[in-house]
Amino acid sequence: MKSILDVQNLSVSFAVYGGEVQAVRDVSFDVKEGEAVAIVGESGSGKSVTAQTIMRLIQTPPGKIKKGKVFLDGQDLMSLSEKEMQKVRGNKIGMIFQDPMTSLNPTMTVGKQIMEGLIQHQSLSGAKANERVLELLTLVGIPNPETRINQYPHQFSGGMRQRVMIAIALACTPALLIADEPTTALDVTIQAQILTLMKDLQEKTKTSIILITHDLGIVADICDRVIVMYAGQIVETGTKHEIFSNPQHPYTKGLLKSLPRLDQAKDEPLIPIFGTPPDLIKPPQGCGFCSRCDSAMRICETEIPEQTKISDTQSVRCWLQHPYAKEQGSDAGKEASA
Amino acid sequence: MIRYVLKKFMFMLMSLFFLITATFVLMNAVPGSPLQSEKATSEQIQKNLEAYYGLDKPLIVQYGVYLKNLVQGDLGISMKKKFQAVDKIIGDSFKYSLKLGLVSIVTSVVVGCILGIISAMYHRKFLDNFSMILAVIGLSIPSLVIAPVLQYLLAVKIEAFEVAGLNRPMDYVLPTIALSAASIAFIARLIRSTMIEVLNSDFIKTAKSKGLAGHLIVWRHALRNSMLPVVTFLGFLMANVITGSVVIEKIFAIPGLGKFFVESVSNRDYPLIMGITIFYAVILMISRLLADIAYVLVDPRIRISGGKAGK
Ligand SMILES: Nc1ncnc2c1ncn2[C@@H]1O[C@H](COP(=O)(O)OP(=O)(O)OP(=O)(O)O)[C@@H](O)[C@H]1O
Ligand SMILES: [Mg+2]
Repeated sequence: MKSILDVQNLSVSFAVYGGEVQAVRDVSFDVKEGEAVAIVGESGSGKSVTAQTIMRLIQTPPGKIKKGKVFLDGQDLMSLSEKEMQKVRGNKIGMIFQDPMTSLNPTMTVGKQIMEGLIQHQSLSGAKANERVLELLTLVGIPNPETRINQYPHQFSGGMRQRVMIAIALACTPALLIADEPTTALDVTIQAQILTLMKDLQEKTKTSIILITHDLGIVADICDRVIVMYAGQIVETGTKHEIFSNPQHPYTKGLLKSLPRLDQAKDEPLIPIFGTPPDLIKPPQGCGFCSRCDSAMRICETEIPEQTKISDTQSVRCWLQHPYAKEQGSDAGKEASA
Repeated sequence: MIRYVLKKFMFMLMSLFFLITATFVLMNAVPGSPLQSEKATSEQIQKNLEAYYGLDKPLIVQYGVYLKNLVQGDLGISMKKKFQAVDKIIGDSFKYSLKLGLVSIVTSVVVGCILGIISAMYHRKFLDNFSMILAVIGLSIPSLVIAPVLQYLLAVKIEAFEVAGLNRPMDYVLPTIALSAASIAFIARLIRSTMIEVLNSDFIKTAKSKGLAGHLIVWRHALRNSMLPVVTFLGFLMANVITGSVVIEKIFAIPGLGKFFVESVSNRDYPLIMGITIFYAVILMISRLLADIAYVLVDPRIRISGGKAGK
């Protein structure tokens, strides 16, 4: 299938006092048409920065796109002017943010906020735009759209506001929807509703989705493929099945172990990943996970592991899975997975 | 909303009553009398005058009479200005103060907002630094310095403007600049700091993610959210400026209210002091009320019900 988005060797850093935070380091991935890809990883691993770089929403300075290309439908977004980029934002890529309580303008009616994108990109007339907004509100499951359209964000609950955000992001039927932790700020029952909505909408509109989260449970729900990020790098990617049933990277394994399971005995403790992620001002010379990894080897400290293909769809950045390690018949890998 | 305004109104009446009482007491506690003058007047004339103005009666009676007249809308007549009614003096002079005041307010808000917005948009760049330097200058040089400098440079040296008076539209330029310099600077700094904060908020990111251009984002999304502190300030500014600046009126020889207020106090012109004080107070209160109402218009989250600003 055709890729809609192709990110190649993207590196982004921020100038801070005393150095440069290398927030994203040499990240490459693609998203196919109609596919839902999850980016998971703990706080500070560079998920949001990756997403906002695709939209070119990071502030420069302090941010800087050091290198890399991002192709959307064959067009390199990193080389576009700000004017040209405005035609992409909201039109070809829609974005949903984490906190629906602060993501809407408190002084503008919800209808107007949804309408803005439509008027900007599709130059619809007032009446037409209004009609489309009502349609969108119905689509995202907001009852009484005729009254709701003229209300202000404070008259909506958190879940409802996130529905409005989804309507804003989908208004111009973009080819790609980026959702940055869309449910983190919501309570659990509402989370489920929003996820169901996103799943339905994806089936209806065939939009590709990048879903950023640190909740692997959500991933299992809607995504086809998973990208695991750690310390600014992609450490593993694979289909949902591969990641859940055959994780290769010690970090991915750790993530899965720290997740509660249905078949787990009640008193069986969850296993956290001990330690803290490395300082990205001085990223480690070798593998970023090295200092927290149980099966780290000498080479892990000095060399960044290359991508190793496990299957057509799965690849991992870990020395344990490197062909050399396999050749040597090292059983370190087996130990780690045990 | 109506209940809120009514409640505010009752509150205003009460404060006004206290104000009147306090002014009346203080005014009479200050030594001197309106009828004192350098010219020697005979005992009898003095007595007659006092009787005419009711000053021979006990204070409490005078107070009662004043209140009674006030309720009937009678502010009395000036004791110094040749039988002119106080309300006429106020009306005549307020005309000038009001016109100049309104021009200054509009200037302050428009120029202040523009400078503040530019500063926020070009945060830490040349334009920002430039307008903030202007703002500091505007804030730190008092109007009684700005005014004569302007007069000297633009009216005496270049002769582009009249030195004083308020007859033609052009005559408003110099006093307006002098009167609004400080508030322009204040508003500019206020807008700048709130807008920088607002521009960093999440909903601005949402607006960007819709593909809106920078100026649209500022105009549609950031400005309104940055206006609240200015609206608050506007209440004070209005009261301050409309009622006339004593200094500016003096320097530019404008027969405004500020001038009469100062004169009335040094003359111990009791009815005029009372009249102007009450007038000032009413203007101040109305301005505050208008600012409150403007608040609701700017921010839909503030819904006023029964005096409490609820969610
Ligand atoms: N404007 C900035 N200035 C300096 N450093 C930044 C800036 N934005 C992000 N970073 C740094 O970049 C790194 C990655 O941040 P990012 O927000 O992408 O993490 P994340 O994976 O989205 O985490 P979370 O799950 O908490 O949202 C962090 O170390 C963060 O401190
Ligand atoms: Mg994030």
